[in-house]
Amino acid sequence: MSLRRFWQRKPKVLAAGGQADQGILVFANTSEVIRAEKVLRAEGWPIKVMGPPPGIQSGCDLVIQFPLMKKLELLRILTENRLSPLQAVPVTGPLLKPVDLFQVKDFGRYLMVRAANMKLTVDKETRMIVNVSGGGCPDVPYLAYQLVGQTLEAAPRPRDLGHTVCGYALQLAFEEMERLCSR
Amino acid sequence: MLAVVGTIPDEELPLVAGPVTVDGQFLVIQGHKVPISRGTAGLLAAAATCLEVLRKPAPFAFLVGDIGRGQGSSRLYEYLTLNLGRYQFSTLTFHYVLPIVDWHNRVLFAVQEMAERPRLIADAGFMYVAKMSGQAPEYDLFTPDAGELAFLADEEAPHPFYTRGFILHEDNQVPELIARAYAYDNAARHLLVKGQKDYVATKEGIVATIAEPVTEALEPIGGTGDSLTGIVSALIAAGFDIVLAAILAARVNRVAGYLAHPTPATNLREIVNQIPAALKLVLKEHHGKGK
Repeated sequence: MSLRRFWQRKPKVLAAGGQADQGILVFANTSEVIRAEKVLRAEGWPIKVMGPPPGIQSGCDLVIQFPLMKKLELLRILTENRLSPLQAVPVTGPLLKPVDLFQVKDFGRYLMVRAANMKLTVDKETRMIVNVSGGGCPDVPYLAYQLVGQTLEAAPRPRDLGHTVCGYALQLAFEEMERLCSR
Repeated sequence: MLAVVGTIPDEELPLVAGPVTVDGQFLVIQGHKVPISRGTAGLLAAAATCLEVLRKPAPFAFLVGDIGRGQGSSRLYEYLTLNLGRYQFSTLTFHYVLPIVDWHNRVLFAVQEMAERPRLIADAGFMYVAKMSGQAPEYDLFTPDAGELAFLADEEAPHPFYTRGFILHEDNQVPELIARAYAYDNAARHLLVKGQKDYVATKEGIVATIAEPVTEALEPIGGTGDSLTGIVSALIAAGFDIVLAAILAARVNRVAGYLAHPTPATNLREIVNQIPAALKLVLKEHHGKGK
């Protein structure tokens, strides 16, 4: 391997977006992002979970995009909930947009929903989760162990147990499955 | 010898390094029993089963408990960085590990300190971080599914969660996605793309497709990709050429799935149980063709 090439590779610059009045909250790990999102959404904040700009990507990341003018108020709420972001800074680079497309496959008795790289399969008759597949982060086998065999109503939410971007994707698949099964 | 690096969803499991054996529904490593289920345990069960049929040494594993918090993964990265240089393996497969670019690069440096460079295989989180670090061409084989292939083909996505919509996969786009992944140096030297149809590819293009038998119910079953990575790792460690190993492994995984008569609710263990019969059948078929 060429060592020079090894270290010269940098994340590539992404397409620009209009985010001048927006800030990002950066946390130590994805678990804290997931907790903060839950707290802020419960309070009705217009936030978005996004991918970090290239300069601060480390591997398995999420950040929270928020209205920059509301920074102090938002930080106070986070502090009250024992959440301390590492940084609350203006958006300096384009953020990555999470996958928002779902793919649904009907196996007759079973229904599978895929969100990004995560798949969730439910028995339509019993509403029981029968399989979780896809993903590559270490909480995926753990989430599979916790969810499989539970009904949609009784199962823990992936958001409450997950710690990674894959766990977050599974939460999206779970929500879409709930929506489809409530029809 | 094959070595496998990965995590187990049990925070009580300390970092262990040693040979792995299969005992019923468990893997046994350094006195610890690990249930065989999807993830790295499934990969190891499939690999150990194949190696036993092939009468080759049992796989060696570097495992640690991690439920996604990352502490276990960090310990594993550190251990590999400090110790990998004193081991010798013919094949080294990286699997479920929290993707952290800086640690990944250090592990790759540690691989260079090994007396002989092993064949490097990556799947799951380690494949994600290998791509994100820009080091994909250093690997001999990646085993993505169609969605993960779209991530490899998207030169800007650091994780499959951020794959851009216009690249997001449809199975009929696989050849284009393979070409795009290679065009941006985001693929290993060989790809085994698992899906409705499995593809084996190199930078020069697709060298084989494997489409039979078709068992629709395998797609939602957690771990069928892990078993495929385990089978191909075992075959490569047993001495098969990478392209041939990938073709045979895809076929073995499909036949094992078919023999298990699965539904979308089937457990991976039922498929692993069929691997010995499937492997013997596929090898017999292969040897028959060679005559």
